[in-house]
Amino acid sequence: MCIYAASITRFLALSVELRNVDKVVDGMVHIHPVNLLLQDREFNVLLGATLSGKTTLLRLMAGLEKPSSGEVLFSGKNVTGVSVQKRNIAMVYQEFINYPNFSVFDNIASPLRVAGKKPDQIKQEVGEIAELLRLSEFLDRDIASLSGGQQQRIALARALVKRASLVLLDEPLANLDYKLREQLREELPRLFVASGSTVVYATSEPEEALMLGGHIAMLHEGKVVQYGKTTDIYRRPGNLESARIFSHPPINVTTIVKSSGVIAIPGVTEWQCPEVFRDRPDGEYLLGIRPHHLSLTSPERDARLVTISGTVQLAEISGSVSLVHMRINGNDWISESGGIHPHSIGESIKVYMHLDGCLYFDRDGTAIY
Amino acid sequence: MINKTIRQSAWLFVVPVVLLVAFNALIPLMTVVNYAFQETFGDNVFFWEGLTWFEQVLNSDRFHDAFLRQIMFTSIILLIEVPLGIAIALSMPRKGPWVSVCLVLMALPLLIPWNVVGAMWNIFALPDIGLLGYSLNSMGIDYNFTQQPISAWATMILMDVWHWTSLVVLLAYAGLTAIPEAYYQAARIDGASKWAVFKWIQLPKMKRVLTIAILLRFMDSFMIYTELIVLTGGGPGNSTTLLSIDLVKLALGQFDLGPAAAMSLIYFFIVLLICWVFYTLMMKNEKQ
Repeated sequence: MCIYAASITRFLALSVELRNVDKVVDGMVHIHPVNLLLQDREFNVLLGATLSGKTTLLRLMAGLEKPSSGEVLFSGKNVTGVSVQKRNIAMVYQEFINYPNFSVFDNIASPLRVAGKKPDQIKQEVGEIAELLRLSEFLDRDIASLSGGQQQRIALARALVKRASLVLLDEPLANLDYKLREQLREELPRLFVASGSTVVYATSEPEEALMLGGHIAMLHEGKVVQYGKTTDIYRRPGNLESARIFSHPPINVTTIVKSSGVIAIPGVTEWQCPEVFRDRPDGEYLLGIRPHHLSLTSPERDARLVTISGTVQLAEISGSVSLVHMRINGNDWISESGGIHPHSIGESIKVYMHLDGCLYFDRDGTAIY
Repeated sequence: MINKTIRQSAWLFVVPVVLLVAFNALIPLMTVVNYAFQETFGDNVFFWEGLTWFEQVLNSDRFHDAFLRQIMFTSIILLIEVPLGIAIALSMPRKGPWVSVCLVLMALPLLIPWNVVGAMWNIFALPDIGLLGYSLNSMGIDYNFTQQPISAWATMILMDVWHWTSLVVLLAYAGLTAIPEAYYQAARIDGASKWAVFKWIQLPKMKRVLTIAILLRFMDSFMIYTELIVLTGGGPGNSTTLLSIDLVKLALGQFDLGPAAAMSLIYFFIVLLICWVFYTLMMKNEKQ
């Protein structure tokens, strides 16, 4: 009975909670006190720029590093002092980490061997995972003879086969080529969530975070600035930092002035103050507008728009999207539009700003809804 | 159907290399080959001898003994220096201010001229005035490397280990620092022991540099001369007469130019052969 119960908990996913966890190394604050609760069986994304503390946070969850203060809880149990190997976690890195002189089969089988499983069982489980990640034909091969993408799939297979309660993925697709990245991005959440693990996936790419879905924690300079459902946060970032992190190309931010029911970008344009904003006192606020809400073409008729004019500073065409950097009343703005729109530098240009895409913030960066 | 135009002028591009190799290696080697097949009594008068000198050298007990001593010496120092070098490299710090201190300390023995190394150890080991020799004797250990073959061998091996382990350390250390930190983290997550990390991560990752270290140490130890001629001069008796010392005795001591030339060639081909076999085996291993 007891053994049965133990084996159940082994495969049970965990909720992960960080309670006032911080990390200070030699007087340098790597992580400011963080409170974060990741639900079990969720796919969680950590999004932030390089050096924002993603890897440190993952290492703190894994137990590879000890927090300077605060507690790490797995399913409500304090595991702050518990060693890494007792936490039943798996981790996949940006570099392709495998045992260098094991075959593919032995690499995938290694966590099962450590767990002391029987050879038949190991063979079956490795076979299933290899099938899932399309590695079946390589099982007898040597690691060194495989491509980077294949090596990373083996590392992912090792994490999957372990059926760890918590799987930590540290930019696992960053070193892969474009096509493989697209494909794995789609498959990864499905594979890991289906395996019953709680997943934390660190990335620095906003687009990747959006595609992965699930929940997201926004990191900025060692602080978690917001946590919530990915789509919610994308649509309604709680603060300017979240909006900045979650926008590529970078979000345009400018000062606006509210006075008696009218909002103005001084010297550029003005429009009617939206409902939510009406009760606020008059004065200066901040406006954030994502580049794709500044379009070069006039959109459908009933969209609420204002037009803004400026001069072109740089026009890039990337794929089927045109990016125009322009100068409007002394500020630099970026607009993104579908289709190919060649423009020459110095040209006067008119863009349509979607008022529904406007994000309003206090002077201190808190969003107003 | 060959439509290529063959330009003879292309050969000109190879000429510098041919000349360089000729003057650098082939011509000096040919003078040795010249002596190896002929007898000379001076005045540039030569008599053809064929393979006589080769047979003589290969059948002599003297050559067999020197060869056996050589094999024994090389085996012993490889068995000591390679594991010791790896052990030291593993215990060196990976980062921080002590790294450069350790590296300088390690590089020091490599920077000392070889004959100075021999002289240092000679004086150091002298039983009456040397620090090592005197200490050992005053501890009641009967030690005299100028009279006892075993003491001479111990001193010779100790000297070589002191002089050359650093090379293995530096190469192994370079291999170790090239392993990304993530490997160690992954191993910790898997719950791997220190020994498992060494066996399954560090050793496989160090394989290439260790191949080079072993190859270099093999060649150098097989050709050791300078330090040894200063330390023991091949004595007492012939007990530390390794191949190179024997060769010099034959060529310059006895002035037997024919046999000495034959022995040089044999010596050269032995080194070449062992290196080739060793390298091929290592590379084959790598491919599998």
